[in-house]
Amino acid sequence: MGFQPVVLATDALIYLLLALAVGFALYARRHEHLRAPWRQVAGSRTAMGALVVLGVYVLIGLLDTVHFRPLQGQDAQGRPRYATEVLSLLDLIAAPLREHREKTYSAPFATHLYMRETIELPDGRKVRDYPRLKWGGAHLADPADRAADITRRVAAGLMLGLVIWGGALLLLARGRLARLRRLFRAPELAALRSAAWTGLVMALLLGLVLNLAGVWHLLGTDKVGEDVFYQSLKSVRTGLVIGTLTTLVMLPAAVLLGIMAGYFRSWVDDVIQYLYTTLSSVPGVLLIAAAVLMMQIYMNNHQAEFNSLTERADLRLLFLCLILGVTSWTSLCRLLRGETLKLRQLEYVQAAQAFGVRHFTILARHVLPNVMHIVLIVVVLDFSGLVLAEAVLSYINIGVDPNTNSWGNMINSARLELAREPVVWWSLAAAFVFMFVLVLAANLFADVVRDAFDPRLRERT
Amino acid sequence: MSDLLLEVRGLRTWLGPEDQPVRAVDGVDLTLRRGETYVLVGESGCGKSMIAYSLMRLLPPSGRIVAGEVLLEGRALLDLTEAEMRRERGGSIGMIFQEPMTSLNPVMSVGRQVAEAVRLHDPEHAANPRPRVIELFRQVGIADPEHRVDEYPHQLSGGMKQRVMIAIALAGRPKVLIADEPTTALDVTIQAQVLELLRDLQRETGMAILLITHDLGVVAEMADRVGVMYAGQLVETAGVHEFFAHPRHPYSRKLFRALPGADKRVQGLDAIPGRVPPLDRAFTRCRFLDRCEARQAVCEGALPPWRGEAEDGYRCHLAVEQIALGTPTARDEGTAPPRAAEPLLRARGLQVHFPIREGVLRRVVGQVRAVDGLDIDLWPGRTLALVGESGCGKTTTGKALLQLLRPTAGSVRFDGIELTSLGGKALRRLRHQFQIIFQDPASSMNPRMLVEDIVAEGMVAQGIGASRAERRERAIELLDQVGLSAEALRRYPHEFSGGQRQRIAIARALAVDPRLIVCDEPTSALDVSVQAQVLNLLKELQRELGLAYLFITHNIAVVAYLADEVAVMYLGRIVEQGPVKAILENPAHPYTRALLAAVPVPDPEHRRRVIRLEGDLPSPAAPPPGCHFHERCPRVMPRCREAYPPRCSLDAGHEVACWLYEDEE
Repeated sequence: MGFQPVVLATDALIYLLLALAVGFALYARRHEHLRAPWRQVAGSRTAMGALVVLGVYVLIGLLDTVHFRPLQGQDAQGRPRYATEVLSLLDLIAAPLREHREKTYSAPFATHLYMRETIELPDGRKVRDYPRLKWGGAHLADPADRAADITRRVAAGLMLGLVIWGGALLLLARGRLARLRRLFRAPELAALRSAAWTGLVMALLLGLVLNLAGVWHLLGTDKVGEDVFYQSLKSVRTGLVIGTLTTLVMLPAAVLLGIMAGYFRSWVDDVIQYLYTTLSSVPGVLLIAAAVLMMQIYMNNHQAEFNSLTERADLRLLFLCLILGVTSWTSLCRLLRGETLKLRQLEYVQAAQAFGVRHFTILARHVLPNVMHIVLIVVVLDFSGLVLAEAVLSYINIGVDPNTNSWGNMINSARLELAREPVVWWSLAAAFVFMFVLVLAANLFADVVRDAFDPRLRERT
Repeated sequence: MSDLLLEVRGLRTWLGPEDQPVRAVDGVDLTLRRGETYVLVGESGCGKSMIAYSLMRLLPPSGRIVAGEVLLEGRALLDLTEAEMRRERGGSIGMIFQEPMTSLNPVMSVGRQVAEAVRLHDPEHAANPRPRVIELFRQVGIADPEHRVDEYPHQLSGGMKQRVMIAIALAGRPKVLIADEPTTALDVTIQAQVLELLRDLQRETGMAILLITHDLGVVAEMADRVGVMYAGQLVETAGVHEFFAHPRHPYSRKLFRALPGADKRVQGLDAIPGRVPPLDRAFTRCRFLDRCEARQAVCEGALPPWRGEAEDGYRCHLAVEQIALGTPTARDEGTAPPRAAEPLLRARGLQVHFPIREGVLRRVVGQVRAVDGLDIDLWPGRTLALVGESGCGKTTTGKALLQLLRPTAGSVRFDGIELTSLGGKALRRLRHQFQIIFQDPASSMNPRMLVEDIVAEGMVAQGIGASRAERRERAIELLDQVGLSAEALRRYPHEFSGGQRQRIAIARALAVDPRLIVCDEPTSALDVSVQAQVLNLLKELQRELGLAYLFITHNIAVVAYLADEVAVMYLGRIVEQGPVKAILENPAHPYTRALLAAVPVPDPEHRRRVIRLEGDLPSPAAPPPGCHFHERCPRVMPRCREAYPPRCSLDAGHEVACWLYEDEE
């Protein structure tokens, strides 16, 4: 099957971010002062458990980042013709989820729709009743077998999960049982052990999903009959993009301006301080709303410039990252300015000045490496805040494009249904659980990272 | 013995992890009698302070007392409950700390902080502590106590804060006062005041003082009995007179030889090689073995025994007459080369003012005159020492000469080139000719850089050495010159001790072939034995390379050892300048005299006559009219209040700015 790769704007930035992360990891490997705190992180049980969860999220997000257009036959000249629809690897893997569309709402593990319809019976009579779902539980002849089927599949799923877990561990231990035995005995491997246990939970979940998701709607369907579990998976990428790209966007400005203000003082400091004081006194939500609305109008007036809906939605997502970045760089900038004010008084900076080292070399060599711990701490702490911010903004309709799957959009579309009787709760619950797990893992991880990198905390231990 | 007050037996205090504890105090016995001053002396990291904290049971969280007894008038302090111990702390045992700046709560008035102690430990005055607080303030020599009690710590000077700390310690009428380096953070003139105060209080109240210090001068001044600490143990105890007359342990003897002074100019200092061993392992041999010059075959074996009485003995395998220390070889003729025809650096009328800004519009409302009209000449191969108390503008001067701070006015000519008007590239290209060595070797190197990159930084900036390999070769050469091996290149600064780091800093400065080095208190953060190593190194380098030094310091003994000329600074101006011999032996300015008299001399037989200076250094933002020194001067005259005195020449090169000598002009 042929395909045409597509690199959206956010994809490109994610690849860049990935490259930066790998580059930083390689750099940190060679520098003891960076390696030591990471070793401390690796020795923390909380951090390793959280890291496994984050890893699963990142994996889903990355799968959803590789975009392409599938081949759709050939045109008249024999050239391949590609679909207009842009798909990702995740779409491919989760094809059944994507394609199993119902008519409208259905509850998790339901066999029938959530709404009554007029059904024409084979004998020509018409009744108003809940119709059978097209996909959910369609393999059952009799809906009464539902419980038995689910139990059977859950058991099989758990078994599969165990097998996957055991297999993965064996693979990681390179097939040596002695290593596995050590993993579960040695006290110094406690952190790895907690990672393994978290991995078990993840593997069990994976087993369940593989066994159940094909024939049931695990988390029900939404108003237009889309599988909510699929939506939640697709939202992972949006959340991660907002959480990471925003920082990537704001980082250069915050770091450069912050250390310049602290180092040069005088008018440079005045200008930069003026800039961020002004920016931070504008209410963030207003600024974001205004910018997003402007963007929307621009997009509506220039429809022709976008090849596909996906591309358009993606650009809006990127723009949201940008504008969130603009409103959130000030606090980091202020922190860095303060730290640099302290650093520039230090004698090694003055020694460098005495050698006639250029100012920007001093900034790069003496100041920047010594404020990086603050940058790292702020970045990991901000991540969860940004994921939540996306949900809030989408909820008030100034977030991502309505066509983009995101937890905010899920909540937004579910809020009206909360007033229904009986209530449609699963969209909200799904978005909540997915977001909660991500943010919790990120926060736990961030705490450990901060403890490892903050020199004041390090001295006390 | 009825006058026995405090008894410590076999005290062992460990810190850190169980599996590899730091044995900070490893079996210490000492006794303290009523009205007596016992001084613990030793280098940093020897466990002196840990003894004090163990007595108070104020150890850090990871610290624990694993063995030993502490008896205060027969009561075992270590067996008391925490609640009972709280009554003893500040009650029968008072303590004052090294850093008065951080020992007081900045948001409480000092009176309330003293009242707190009174309320806790003095039931008689608990209801209305204020009169007692005022009485205590008067007792510690704070003028105008009725008003001072309502002031906040930031309104008081360092010496005043230390007096408040002493008042807090006295509130419980302690029987024992533990003073942990009480004057280390203070200037010598203030130190003299505080030491005198402690002696007076002891005479009045009859309390015993356990004083902890690293300064042999303070020992001679204060002690009745001395205990020398080394690596967690006492290595020698003696009465103060015997100790100074006949130190027995090789370490004690070497300490005296490492002290800088005028009499050692020729032979050089007898530095103790190496450093205090890490205390995180059990010792099976003499702790001083690796640094000991007198070691013999017997020393290699077991732990050394205690010789002599508990209160008058030493810990060594050898008897006194067996301990043979070589005499240091004379490495210096003791005289500097004569002055060249032209000074290397000539500063005239140098001023550095910092504007004080206030209000929304940041208008300039005043100037801090950190340096206020300074004339200085530096000659190749010679050392000018710039002496003065903290806050007088010494460091600012050093930085302004090197254009690290741009002077407000005045001229600095280096080798005939005016530096103040140079900027950017032209100045950057000249920078390799003048370098600076800083006080704190911990903060003068980027902790994130390898030593190789640190030493090479200047070479890269100045374009010395074509390739990385060439620069590395030169770095190895330089490290060798300062006594470090090439393997140091691949390590980080924090892996080195203070003295080694200072060597690296020196190597870094030398890397660019400077002709002038400003040494900004390069040894004041170092222990005596290490200080001697660094001073010797600096002196050798000067002789080999013909460097000019501007040596900024407050340590008069170092001046006597190293300097050729001395300039005494007071409040941004030089009040006296001249050859080192003339200044130290024949000081003219009343301030110089007071400064020299305040320096404690490491000789208990030498009872100096302290010229007491009232008050503290005035603020350089509002210097007093007339002579800046007149408010504190013991020989003040009416005209001193009117005009700043002109410079008068006394004899060859000896100049002083004082009205007393105007007639001799």
